[in-house]
Amino acid sequence: MVTLIRPDPAQIKAWLQDVPDPEIPVISVMDLGIVRDVSWRGDVLEIAVTPTYSGCPATSVIAMDIETALKQRGIDAVNIRTQLSPAWTTDWLTDGAKAKLEAYGIAPPRPAGGPAHCPHCKSKDVEKVSQFGSTPCKAQWRCQACLEPFDYFKCI
Amino acid sequence: MDPLFEFLLRQGDNTLVLGHRISEWCGKAPVLEEDIALANTALDLIGQTQMWLGYAAEVEGAGRTADDLAFLRDAWDFRNLLLLERPNGDFGHTMMRQFLFDAYQIQNLKALEASSDPRIAEIAVKSGKEATYHLDRSRDTVIALGDGTSESNARMQSALDALWPYAGEMFLADEIDQAMAADHIAPLPLEYRAPWEAAVLPALAAAALKVPQDDFAHQGGKTGRRHSEHLGHMLATMQVLQRSYPGATW
Ligand SMILES: [Zn+2]
Repeated sequence: MVTLIRPDPAQIKAWLQDVPDPEIPVISVMDLGIVRDVSWRGDVLEIAVTPTYSGCPATSVIAMDIETALKQRGIDAVNIRTQLSPAWTTDWLTDGAKAKLEAYGIAPPRPAGGPAHCPHCKSKDVEKVSQFGSTPCKAQWRCQACLEPFDYFKCI
Repeated sequence: MDPLFEFLLRQGDNTLVLGHRISEWCGKAPVLEEDIALANTALDLIGQTQMWLGYAAEVEGAGRTADDLAFLRDAWDFRNLLLLERPNGDFGHTMMRQFLFDAYQIQNLKALEASSDPRIAEIAVKSGKEATYHLDRSRDTVIALGDGTSESNARMQSALDALWPYAGEMFLADEIDQAMAADHIAPLPLEYRAPWEAAVLPALAAAALKVPQDDFAHQGGKTGRRHSEHLGHMLATMQVLQRSYPGATW
C-alpha cells in the first residue's frame, strides 16, 4: 500500500528557507516575502508566489528552484500559482533579510528613501548615481567616504 | 467585438510597444546608468504587458496566449497610442515621450485601482508602483536636460514640439471607453487631462520649455484605424523570430 505523506505547510516553509533568491543568494525566497501561501489541495501542494517586479526575469527561475527543492524532499505534485494581490512591498522583507543584505554589501530599503549609510564603511556621506541598478529591485549609489559604489534595495 | 477585450488590448499594447521601443536603446544609451535604467523600465513594461495581454487572452477565450497576441498580430490589430510607436529619436526625445506617457499612465493606473473588475484593479496596483518610479525619473531627466545647456534645451524643445500633437490621443474617448465607463471598469480618459496637465505643465516650465499652443491631435492608434508606418517596421523586428520559425520555444 502506498501512503502519501503530506508534510505540514509549516515544515514546507522551513524547507523553503533554504531556497535562495537567484540574484541575491544571501537571502531566501521566504526572506524576500514572495511566498504568500502554502497549502495542500488534495494531493497537490499549491504555492502562491507574488512577483517582486512584474517583469523580473528571476520569477520563473524562482518557481523552478522551489519545485526542484521540493522534489528533493519527495514532493512531486507542486502547483506554483502567481498571486498579484496584495502587491509585493519591501515591507515584507524580514529584519533578518535586511541584515543579510547589508552584510552582503547591499543597502537595505528604507521608507525614508535612500540608504541609511554605506554598507561597506557605514559613512552617511552617500549619493545616488542612478535610480536603476543591476536588477529591477536595486538602484546604484556611491559612498563619498570610501568611494565604493554599492547597490541600494529600492523601497516599494 | 468584446469591449473589455479591446480595452485590455489598449492597455497591453501601450506597455508592449513602449517597452519594445525603449529596449531598442539596450547597449547604446549615452551612458551606462541610462542604458541600465532604460532596460529596466522596458522590463517593467514588458512584465506589465504579460499581465494585460494575459488577461485579454483569457477574456477573448479563443485559446490565444499573451505571446500569441504580442507576436502574431499585425499592425492593424494593435491598439496602442500613436505616441508610443514614434521612433526613439535622440535620448532627449525618448525621455520626453516617456514623460508625456508616464504622467498619463499614472492617472490611468490610479483610476483603474478602483475598477469594478478585480483583475484589472490588481494589475493596476502592481503596475502603479513601477509607473510611479518611471515618472520620477522621466520628469527629473526632462527637467535636467531642458534646463541644461542651450544644446540640450534646443533638443528638448524640438522633442516637445514633435511629440505634442501625439499627446491629445491619450484623452480621446470612443464607444469602447463609453462601455468601460458605463460598467465602472474605467473612467473616460478625458478625466485624466486636468491632472496630467497639472503634472506636466509645471515640469515643462521648470525645464524652460515652451508648450506648443496648437491643440491638434493625431489619432487612430488606440482604435487601430490608422497606425503610422513606424509600427510596421517595429513589429517586423519584434516579431521576426515567431514569423520565421512559427511556434519556436526555448
Ligand atoms: Zn563607504
